[in-house]
Amino acid sequence: MTIPDLSDAPEVSEPLPPPKPKVGFSRPDTRAGLLFVLPAVILLTVFIIVPFALAIGFSFTNQRLISPLATRFVGFENYIDQLTDALFWKSLWNNARFSLFVVPVQTALALGLAVLVNQKIKGRVAFRTIYFIPVTVVMAAAAVIWVLLFQQAGLINGFFEVITFGNFSPDWLDDPTWAMWAIIAVSMWQGVGFQMIILLAALQDVPAELYEAASIDGADTWRQFRNVTLPGIRNQLIFVLTVTTILAMRLYDQPTLMPNTPGGPIDSTRTAMVHMIEIGYNRQAIGRGSTVAVIFFVIVLVLTLLQRRFLREGGAQ
Amino acid sequence: MTTSTAPKKLKRGDRNVDSSVRGNPVWRWVFYAVLTILAIMFLFPVIYMFASSFKPDNEVLANSQSLEAFLPIPFNGLENYADAFERAEFGRVFANSVIISASIVGLGLVVNSLCGYALARLDFPFRKLLVGLVIALIIIPFEALAVPLLYMGAEANMLDTYQIQILPFIANPLFIFLFYTFFLGLPRSLEEAARIDGAGPFQVFWKVAAPLAKPAYATVAILAFLFAWAQFLWPSIVTRGVDVRPLPVGIGVFQVTPPIAWGDIMAYTVMMTLPLLIIFLIFQRQFVQGVASSGVKG
Repeated sequence: MTIPDLSDAPEVSEPLPPPKPKVGFSRPDTRAGLLFVLPAVILLTVFIIVPFALAIGFSFTNQRLISPLATRFVGFENYIDQLTDALFWKSLWNNARFSLFVVPVQTALALGLAVLVNQKIKGRVAFRTIYFIPVTVVMAAAAVIWVLLFQQAGLINGFFEVITFGNFSPDWLDDPTWAMWAIIAVSMWQGVGFQMIILLAALQDVPAELYEAASIDGADTWRQFRNVTLPGIRNQLIFVLTVTTILAMRLYDQPTLMPNTPGGPIDSTRTAMVHMIEIGYNRQAIGRGSTVAVIFFVIVLVLTLLQRRFLREGGAQ
Repeated sequence: MTTSTAPKKLKRGDRNVDSSVRGNPVWRWVFYAVLTILAIMFLFPVIYMFASSFKPDNEVLANSQSLEAFLPIPFNGLENYADAFERAEFGRVFANSVIISASIVGLGLVVNSLCGYALARLDFPFRKLLVGLVIALIIIPFEALAVPLLYMGAEANMLDTYQIQILPFIANPLFIFLFYTFFLGLPRSLEEAARIDGAGPFQVFWKVAAPLAKPAYATVAILAFLFAWAQFLWPSIVTRGVDVRPLPVGIGVFQVTPPIAWGDIMAYTVMMTLPLLIIFLIFQRQFVQGVASSGVKG
């Protein structure tokens, strides 16, 4: 037996140092490690790595979902098709104009809410709960509720008719000027609570001493906010900004469910994802759908890398 | 109230709470007014949904300019709910959603935590490479894979099944990473003690490490469930009939033929929303912590 007899060992007040790793791998560890990761590795391979490789591969072919014709390599044809397709650019532009409004406004709103429910007042937990409730309303359900609200004879117009004396009552979801705004409203309503919680956690992690020091130095509330709060939650703010931008790129449920036709009216809410599903699923053009998927991935990748870059720059200061 | 500035232990929730609103009563009223207006903006669609679900279909849009819109008048009893069960086969669709979400969450917890634990604690070939791979895979959004996965599902004859809606979402690189960082942060001493007592790697994981990781399990369970319950894009392209269709897709049956039965639709959305709402109100703290920790990674 190799178990050491501890009765003769000198009394030590600190725990023994962890055993030095031996050269190579200890057998049970290696076996267990491989067994533990095996299910995840298989699933990640089959459901992420393989389809990702297929997306790249298919994007250079005329692959179809079901077709008697043989699949053919078409080079960059699909990419040229997409990049010269006005509908593709219109879809991207719809994502862009959605983000241009939603990303700054929703983030500012989330930060405002987080600051509000971070005040030391009675009932702040109740208000926090209320602001978070829409997050628990599944987007498909939220979209349908807001379709009802945005009916021509609906509650939103009822409200506007009262405050504008009947001068403003668009048919939101059937009007290319307004349909995107209806989608923006439901998206912010449903999403802002999630970001509020992330920013609230960040606010509570800013060291209290910094506020004390600032107030001793005579900084008023606004300057404390600018010079202590904002730098203190910088990383989470960048996180929220990027995640919201990426979510805006993925916009699909609302433009599919809310207008009378997905992406309508007159393609005014057609997003990159609506475009991709229309090509890849409705028209069963797997090859061209994959091309859109690859372009979409590149955009998300760039956004993510930009985020990491900003974070690193902050760390170096 | 004491004015002492001596450092004292703050209660957890109170730490570092802004105190600028205390004291001045006028500011206090303004402050509560703002909070209340915001609360109304967040709540009115939910209240409207509940109220409309008890009205006859043709009365839902009847009084949009008065506050009566928020009252269940005229009251139609539970008729819309009965309709939702009949027309949309709510029972069936709900069961589908439960089966799919529970499988994704349950199997996902096992697979992702085992992987995260092994990456954090066990020594095996290619471990570091796998950590890097997991982090890289987080970037790939599911939508970028939907089209080729649809092709794979069709080739494997798996369209219109539960499996095609469950299997792709079990292993999740973000959740593996959350478990990995959580296990890295745990002190090793307990696990080492157990190993010295002769426990094998699996026993150490199951009896020592996993129980300590309850917060990580709660976070992942909540995030995975929120995601699984809300899935729309994927089930809408891989399911056709009502047989395996989940709630968000099942709602579509109402939108095919006008006139739109708004009462029935609202009854459906109430029943679809209520379970998650109740779970949230019960496990509020875990929800908030789970969501907050999803942002910590930055």
